[in-house]
Amino acid sequence: MIEPFTVLSSRTVVLPVDNIDTDQIIPARFLTTTQRDGLGRHLFADWRRDAANRPREDFVLNRPGAEGARILVAGRNFGCGSSREHAPWALLDYGFRAVISTEIADIFRSNALRNGLLPVVIDADSHAWLLAHPGAEIGIDLRDCTVRMAAGREAGFEVEPFARHCLLNGIDPLGWLLSQVPAIQAYEDRAACRA
Amino acid sequence: MTAPRTLFRKVWDRHVVVPETAATPAVLYIDLHLVHEVTSPQAFAALRERGLKVRRPDRTLATVDHSVPTAEASWASGLGEMDHAARYQVRTLGENCGRSGVRLFGVNSARRGIVHVIGPEQGATQPGMTIVCGDSHTTTHGAFGALAFGIGTTEVGHVLATQCLLQRLPRTLLVELEGRLGPGVTAKDVILGVIGRIGVDGGTGHVIEFRGEAVSAMSMEERMTLCNMAIEAGARAGMVAPDETTFEYLAGRPMAPQGEAWERAVVEWRELNSDPGAEYDRSVTIDVGALEPQVTWGTDPGMVMPVSGRIPAPAGAGHRKALDYMGLSAGAAIAGQPVQVVFIGSCTNSRLSDLRAAAAVLRGRRVAPGVRAMIVPGSQQVRAAAEAEGLDRVFRDAGAEWHQSGCSLCIAMNGDRAAAGQYVVSTSNRNFEGRQGQGARTLLASPLTAAASAITGKVADPRPLLEEGRRIA
Repeated sequence: MIEPFTVLSSRTVVLPVDNIDTDQIIPARFLTTTQRDGLGRHLFADWRRDAANRPREDFVLNRPGAEGARILVAGRNFGCGSSREHAPWALLDYGFRAVISTEIADIFRSNALRNGLLPVVIDADSHAWLLAHPGAEIGIDLRDCTVRMAAGREAGFEVEPFARHCLLNGIDPLGWLLSQVPAIQAYEDRAACRA
Repeated sequence: MTAPRTLFRKVWDRHVVVPETAATPAVLYIDLHLVHEVTSPQAFAALRERGLKVRRPDRTLATVDHSVPTAEASWASGLGEMDHAARYQVRTLGENCGRSGVRLFGVNSARRGIVHVIGPEQGATQPGMTIVCGDSHTTTHGAFGALAFGIGTTEVGHVLATQCLLQRLPRTLLVELEGRLGPGVTAKDVILGVIGRIGVDGGTGHVIEFRGEAVSAMSMEERMTLCNMAIEAGARAGMVAPDETTFEYLAGRPMAPQGEAWERAVVEWRELNSDPGAEYDRSVTIDVGALEPQVTWGTDPGMVMPVSGRIPAPAGAGHRKALDYMGLSAGAAIAGQPVQVVFIGSCTNSRLSDLRAAAAVLRGRRVAPGVRAMIVPGSQQVRAAAEAEGLDRVFRDAGAEWHQSGCSLCIAMNGDRAAAGQYVVSTSNRNFEGRQGQGARTLLASPLTAAASAITGKVADPRPLLEEGRRIA
């Protein structure tokens, strides 16, 4: 059971870098875990801290105002690279519930949706506005798939309908997949006949 | 008369258990599920929490590769210095496989290796299959005309429990590679060139089909290198239609069909190509006849250039950030850039032909002083085959390290890592910041270019060394 997602209102954190790969989101040396929790402290580890483990003051998550923000606005092609689901786990554990970009990599998007981290792809103009207004208070409404910004500015977005249904209702898609087992069994029986 | 279909569509259609609707994705059957230690423990745990069993252990194959050390010294000491967490992760996979009846090529197996090397090597990877793994480089298996793609851990759990995935039909992208590769130019250079052309998100949402004269001429190992990095263009999968080269590679492999079953399979596999007139959502044609060896200068695989070229002027903040991280200057030649580490290995370039290519450059030469050259075979079988033909001697005589198999310096979570500031010429697939160690700087290249760089101690075009080798021979 995942927590239902309907409306999210929060300040944004803006990370205006294109092609942020999952190695940046969570470096591989933290992947020897067999758990899925507790990864938030390693989120963007090498951008947050220097080699001597001191916070890098210029990194956005170390600046005042980042604390408590639940929406990350990032550059194009967010989440590219490795399939590690540790990336959305780390973002969620840190406190984010949504990522906004003009493009989000396929595997990351799928992983995010399975964990209740909403991947939001919006048009370039709205994205530019968000980049220009770091820390803006915005709302993301999954019921009508709309991002609401200041002064009546709105942007629509699309979410795969089944994933959206699952998120809105807190449904685990595995339950539905398990309900298809009779069809899966029939497919396997047909395949066995063919072989 | 059915409409002409692409190779991808033929494989997809055969695996649809429940068709997609506006409200629900397709239920897609998975023929082969490859499993490794890093992305599976949470999935097995999720099954246990729900009281679910692995539905088809016979369609599941596991190995350990990411977090296992490769240094000879580590193995000589019985992996005594292996990281505690990594050791627990490897043991957890063993327990999970033991409980569920999943076949595991474990730490002590002679069939162990990088998951994307052993699937084809064992003949588990076959044309027309759907193949998934909790690893983005699963695209490698598309070289056989399989639909193969990486998934996250939650979906690993879905496949363990149901042997199926919920999937929307992806789009298709045809990449037509015309021309014949020049001497010293490899499949690695081709895929780097393709990514440079279409971009690291050029394939997002698409399954790529590679075809054309250059692809037909490639060996299976070259096609694997090509498809391996389809993900670096953002693609879901890369595919090549199976042909005689494919069948020849697979014949007689332990997990491939044998006897009459083989004959029947080949008849079926011959149907696996795109029909004339089949439509793709997009297509791009690239002439690779004049392609030079490629090397990356930045922090994603699309930041790539010919080895004889000069580092391009930065196009935007991303390029400036990359140059800053890499400590390189626009306008400078990349050839001649001093390097400290050379890594020949990874699921991209660690097969026997890659090692032979490296040996062709290293034979009778010495690695430059101050350069650490690591040769890491993709599997224990590759290692044994290389040793049988004396390649290990060539490497050792040249002053290079000869390792046990594994992911090694491609992912640097197993004891192998480069130091901050070091330049690494690497045959792996990702030059992301910190990928090979915090602060380490990766330049992706072919095994030939990597070996030439090891000899000269600088980024080097391998072609003069190959030419010199031929004159001496």
